[in-house]
Amino acid sequence: MADPLHQFQIQKIVDLPDVTLPVLGTVDLAFTNSHFVMTLAFVIVMGFMAMVTGAAKVVPGRLQSVGETLFGMVDNLTTSIIGHDGRKYAPFVFTLFMLILAMNFLGLVNIPGVVHLFTATSQLAVTATFAVLTIGLVLIVGFGKHGLGFFKLFVPSGVPWPLLPVIILIEFISFLLRPVTLMLRLFGNMMGGHVALKVFAGFVATAAAGAVGYLGLLIGPLAFGMVTALTALEFLVAFLQAFVFAVLTTIYLNDVVNLGHGH
Amino acid sequence: MDSEAAKFIGAGLATLGMIGAGIGVGTIFGNFLSGALRNPSAAASQIGNLFVGAALAEALGILAFVLGMLILFG
Repeated sequence: MADPLHQFQIQKIVDLPDVTLPVLGTVDLAFTNSHFVMTLAFVIVMGFMAMVTGAAKVVPGRLQSVGETLFGMVDNLTTSIIGHDGRKYAPFVFTLFMLILAMNFLGLVNIPGVVHLFTATSQLAVTATFAVLTIGLVLIVGFGKHGLGFFKLFVPSGVPWPLLPVIILIEFISFLLRPVTLMLRLFGNMMGGHVALKVFAGFVATAAAGAVGYLGLLIGPLAFGMVTALTALEFLVAFLQAFVFAVLTTIYLNDVVNLGHGH
Repeated sequence: MDSEAAKFIGAGLATLGMIGAGIGVGTIFGNFLSGALRNPSAAASQIGNLFVGAALAEALGILAFVLGMLILFG
């Protein structure tokens, strides 16, 4: 059976010469399959939004409806969670959402023998970048808006004072864990789903090769049905994880934008 | 028992943490459904909370999964 983790290997498409940087040391530059999918996702998102907004009409056509629904969803999300300040942060959340959505969906594109696109969001490095961007913005907004008052984030109001040291410690640790869980959730969901798909596809291949004899007549169709159902589920998960990332980004931003009131 | 076998057993034990995530996500969706059937008009406004709760519960299961992977390949 094929190794289910093989699909997550980074392969070089075009090898570029190594570069030596002052702090990082030697960096192996290459145009990889991960890089290719990320570029493709970027081009698709930009092209799609350009097409949607380029010929905007008052009565939207089919394509424009899709774009408006997606943007309306994120716009709704930020204004309902953050409040009237939320519209300022909608572009950031929308950018993250569209890019993650495009990369998740591109990972599901698989035409046997022709093209099997890499899932960029199944790489910790990619999801970690998104998490760092989000938490970085949270820190910038928090310190920019409130200065040192940002640390009030760790002191919930209405807590009896003997409990304060424990509560502050817990709040601080939970704040530190936010980027970690943000990063691991997207990575774990995408990787876990793709591994499960590959394992069931491996059962089909085992049955088709006749390795289990006549039992394959039973196992093959069952496993194939499972692959089909899992693929449908993966489409749901791909959308849901992009949405969850957007919602959590908005909630973390809300914590610092509306610091002090609402806690 | 050689260390290779112990590694596999350890990785398997570590992923048992996902049982808790399964129970948590099931509880969230089950309670949402029972609430939504009682008051369907309020259900649509709580979809966002539903997914955030599910995502937070699921994150802990994924931590267990990553721990298992780290033990297996680390």
